[in-house]
Amino acid sequence: MTATTTATTVAPDRRRALAGRILAKKAVLPWLFLAPGLLLALVFKFVPMGKGIWLSFFDVRPFLGDQWVGLDNYTRVLTDHRFQDAVGHTLLLGIGQSLGAIVVGFILALLLEGQARSLKIIRTAVFLPVVTATAVVGELWRLMYYPTSDGLVNSALGVLGLGPTPFLDNPDTALWATTVMGIWMAAPYNMVIILAGLAGVDRTLYEAAAMDGVSLWQRLRYVTLPAIRPALGIVLTLAAIRGLRVFTEVYVLTGGGPAGSTEVWMTRAYTLGFTRNDIGGASAASVVLLAVTLLLTVSVNHFRQRGDKR
Amino acid sequence: MSAPALDPVRAPSDQVTATPSKRSGRPARTTPARFDTALGWNDRPGVSWALRILLCAIALGIFAAPFLTIVSGALSTHPSGSSLSFLPHDSTLLNFRVAGERGIWDYFTNSLVIAGGGLLLQLAVCVLAAYALARHRFRGQALIMTLFMLTMMLPEEVIAIPLSLVLGHVPVVGIDLKGTVWGVILPLGAWGFSVMLLTEFMKDIPKEIEEAARLDGVGELRMLWQIVLPLCKPALGVAGVLGFIMIWDQYLLPLIAAKDPTDYTVTVALSILRTDPEVGSGVVLAGAVIALVPSLVVYLLLQRSLVTGIAAGATKG
Repeated sequence: MTATTTATTVAPDRRRALAGRILAKKAVLPWLFLAPGLLLALVFKFVPMGKGIWLSFFDVRPFLGDQWVGLDNYTRVLTDHRFQDAVGHTLLLGIGQSLGAIVVGFILALLLEGQARSLKIIRTAVFLPVVTATAVVGELWRLMYYPTSDGLVNSALGVLGLGPTPFLDNPDTALWATTVMGIWMAAPYNMVIILAGLAGVDRTLYEAAAMDGVSLWQRLRYVTLPAIRPALGIVLTLAAIRGLRVFTEVYVLTGGGPAGSTEVWMTRAYTLGFTRNDIGGASAASVVLLAVTLLLTVSVNHFRQRGDKR
Repeated sequence: MSAPALDPVRAPSDQVTATPSKRSGRPARTTPARFDTALGWNDRPGVSWALRILLCAIALGIFAAPFLTIVSGALSTHPSGSSLSFLPHDSTLLNFRVAGERGIWDYFTNSLVIAGGGLLLQLAVCVLAAYALARHRFRGQALIMTLFMLTMMLPEEVIAIPLSLVLGHVPVVGIDLKGTVWGVILPLGAWGFSVMLLTEFMKDIPKEIEEAARLDGVGELRMLWQIVLPLCKPALGVAGVLGFIMIWDQYLLPLIAAKDPTDYTVTVALSILRTDPEVGSGVVLAGAVIALVPSLVVYLLLQRSLVTGIAAGATKG
C-alpha cells in the first residue's frame, strides 16, 4: 500500500526537487532499469489484451481477411446456451470453492494454531496440496475418484456403508466432485493467511473473555472473528477472482464433461478458440471475463483501502 | 516487509490487525498457556489433547495421505492401479521405466529448462524494475506501478487466445516463438507480484547506506548488485520460491506455446500418458511423482519464505 501512497502524496517542495532531477541526465536511468519489464509486459500482456478486444469485434478468417461484425460475437456468445450453462457452472464452482476453502481453512487454522514443533510439521504436510502443480493434483484426484468400490474415495465411503459413486462420470455429481478438489487445493492456502490473522489476536482479550465467563463459541464469535475479518474479506474476494478464471483443474479433471456438466467459462472459451477456430467468439468471451475480473479487482482494492483506513 | 526473518506464521500479524501481539514481550515458555490459541487447546494429556490428536490425524489423512498413494501407486505392479493404497503391493520401478520410454524425462528436461530459465529471467527483470521503483523518483512512477499491478490481473487464461497469436508472430520483430522454450519463458518475465514485493522491501533499505556508497563513487549497477541485493536476500527468497512454484504450475501457457507434444512440460505431458491406452495408471502416477518432486524439494527447502510470502501477498497485493 505504501507504493501508491508515497507516490501520490509527494510534498510540494519535494515535487520541485523532483522536477529538477528529471532535467538531469540521471532521469534516463530508471527507465533503463524498467525497460525489460515494461517491454515484456507490453508484448506478452497488454498487446494480447488489446488484440483480444480488437478481435472480439471481428469474424476472424485466416487467409480470407477479418471481417468487422460489431457486437455480433458478443450477442452470439452470450445467447449461446452452452455458454450460459458454463457461466452458471463457473459461478457455482467459484462460490462453492471459495466459501468451502474459507470454512475448511478456518477450521484447519483453529486446529493447527500453536507453537509446538509437531504442529509445525503437520502444517507443513497439510500445505502440500498448495505447492503441487494443478495438473498433478488433477491426475491424483481422477484416480481417487475411481468409480469402482476399490477407488480411494469410494472405499472410504464403503466403510461408511455407502455404495460406490461414479463421481466424475455422472453429470449430477461431476461439478461437486470438482468443487471438492478445489477446496482441497485452496483450503491450506487460506489456513496460512488465517493463521497469520489468528497470531495477531490480542491474547489479553481471551483472558478477559474467560474472566467474564463466556463460552468457547462466544469467544470465537466476538473476539476471534472480528480480529481476523480483514484477512477473511481479502481471502474471499481473491478466491472469487481466481474462481472466475478456473481452467486447469476442470480441463485436467473432467475436460468439461460429462455432457458439458462441468464446462466453465474458460474451458468453453478454449474450446471455441482452439478446437472450433472461432477466434472472434472466444475473444468476446475472454473480454467479458476480463471485464468482470477487473470489476471485481477494483472492488477488492476499494474494500482493502477502506480496511486500511480503519 | 521486514517479516521474513521472523517466525513465518507470526510475522505478518501486524499487517492483518492493528492490535499488536502481546506475546512477543513474554519470556520463552515451556508449557503453553491456556489462552495461546483461539480454541484454548491444552497440551496436557486429557480429553482436549486426545481430540486434537484425532483431528490432526484426520487432517493429515485428508490433505497429506493422498500423496503417499501417488508414490505407492507409482511403485506398484498392480496393472489397473484402481485400488490405491498407502503401501505398494510389490515394489517395482517398472512404471518409471515405462514412463521413461514414453519420454517423460524429455518432458521433465523441458520443465527444468523452462522453470530455471523462466525464474532467472523473472527475478532479473523484477529486481531491475523494483530497484528503479524503490530507489528512484521519476515522473509517471505511480502509473508504472499500476501497470505492473495490472499484469497480475491479466492471467494467461484470460488472454490465452490472443497470446497464442502473439507467440506465433511477435509484433514488430515477427519471430515465431511457438515450439521454443522462449514462448513459455518470456510471458512469465514481468510478474507484478515479485515487482511489488521487491519494491516494498527495497524501500526499507536506509538511505544512509546508499548515500555512503554514492560518496565512494559506486555506480548504479554496482549499487544494485553489491549493496541492495545482498540486503534483499529474504525478499529474493520469497520471490524465488513463489516464482518457481508459479512457473512449475503453468498449464495453459506451455499448452498454447507448444508446436507439437514434444514441446510440452512434464505437467502437461501427464495428459498424454493418461490417454495412452497401452499404459496403466501406475505409469501415470510415476509421471506424477516425477512432476511432483521438484516443487516438493523447493517447498521443503524454502517453506519459511513461501509461507511468509503468502501471508504478505494476501495482505499487500
